[in-house]
Amino acid sequence: METFLEEVNKKIHGVPLQACYHCRKCTAGCPTAAHMEYNPNKVIKMIQNGQKEKVLASSTIWLCLSCETCITRCPNQVDIARMMDVLRQMAIESGVGAREKNILKFHEAFLAGIKRGGRINEPMMMAQYKFTSGDLFSDVAMAPGMFLKGKLSLLSPRTKDMKSVKNIFEKTKSI
Amino acid sequence: MKVSYYPGCSLHATGKEYDQSMKAVSRALNIELKEVEDWSCCGASSAHSTNFDLSIALSARNLIAAEKNAMDVMVPCAACFNRFKMAEHHLKADKDLKAKIEGVVGAKYQGGIAIRNPIDIIFNEIGLDTLAAKVVKPLAGLKPVSYYGCLLLRPPEVCEFENYENPFMLDKMMGVIGADVKNWSYKTDCCGGSLAISKTSIVVDMCDKLMSAAKEAGANCVVTACPLCMANLDMRPSSGLKLPVFYFTELISLAMGLTGSAETFKSHMFDPQPLMRQLRLI
Repeated sequence: METFLEEVNKKIHGVPLQACYHCRKCTAGCPTAAHMEYNPNKVIKMIQNGQKEKVLASSTIWLCLSCETCITRCPNQVDIARMMDVLRQMAIESGVGAREKNILKFHEAFLAGIKRGGRINEPMMMAQYKFTSGDLFSDVAMAPGMFLKGKLSLLSPRTKDMKSVKNIFEKTKSI
Repeated sequence: MKVSYYPGCSLHATGKEYDQSMKAVSRALNIELKEVEDWSCCGASSAHSTNFDLSIALSARNLIAAEKNAMDVMVPCAACFNRFKMAEHHLKADKDLKAKIEGVVGAKYQGGIAIRNPIDIIFNEIGLDTLAAKVVKPLAGLKPVSYYGCLLLRPPEVCEFENYENPFMLDKMMGVIGADVKNWSYKTDCCGGSLAISKTSIVVDMCDKLMSAAKEAGANCVVTACPLCMANLDMRPSSGLKLPVFYFTELISLAMGLTGSAETFKSHMFDPQPLMRQLRLI
């Protein structure tokens, strides 16, 4: 049977995680490490140890901003940012879901926006996020100012060939 | 020169100042822009955070559309630029993935056009001398720090941006248009990107740190080339820490004396007009 490490390595499709010698340069440069329950290098260790449930259920994988500082500075080119993407996708597909529920709800609202019009209409996307997350009141005070300054518009141009966009979602079996 | 132009969703909404000033500056520098036909969203953070194939396919759809113009494609939004470069990287490195994605998009990807951000185009194609010759109103008194953020630079072997740990192209451009650019150590730090809405408190902390560092460096404003950085830095810092934030193209436009330059300042959430009036720049 495939180990968790083998499974993740296959999906990263690059330098295997065994190349990490835990110098912690990734963690030192990570802008959200202070908010994570496990530091980025600790996640690699946990994958090596086969702690699949703990890793997939952690908040760490959702707090990664994909700023790519880790891969830029890793002496062995271990692609930690890609690893975080792989882990998030595994958490979704395996039914574990997201420990940081609102972060995933934001992504879902964003992708639903693309599916709807090919391009993001920010007020519509925000409305969907607010309804699904229940986070109704944050940032609401900013909205009128943004509308007045023309930064938000309910009617923005859409992609014409929506069939091709919808096809992409269907064929990649996206959420 | 003539290039394809991919504005992306932000440049038609929260980042409209970037679109307007980019077009004005391009016209003045003889860069002809031809918008990519029927473009769609690049997928941004949300696609790659949840579904790898989707993220590559959404970007590939646009790269394939841009290839029809047979010209390099200018991508001003740092997030779109990053996703396009990432898709190009994977499609060129992995034949199986390329075949799969072509099946998903329903068209062939050639990989024959260069994906370029406007900093690179203005710095390397137009050149600082040409830019300097067009300056009619040097921005005396303006003290920006250049903020490059993440997505233009990293990962370096994908983005191919010069000096990714201490980039200087924006700094030099701002110097040429008469600004007194301040040096700082936060040029390539992250602003919090897409967590602004779903994890606001983290992003407020990150923006506060950046603004404090900018002030410490003696800056009176921040200059950026990314609509996500702009949105976060313009809206998220705590009230006592805010500084005006500009797209680099807004400042180039002003220095070149282009009509309507000051108009885009009106739609910033943190109003830069008091500073600009005080410096007699508008």
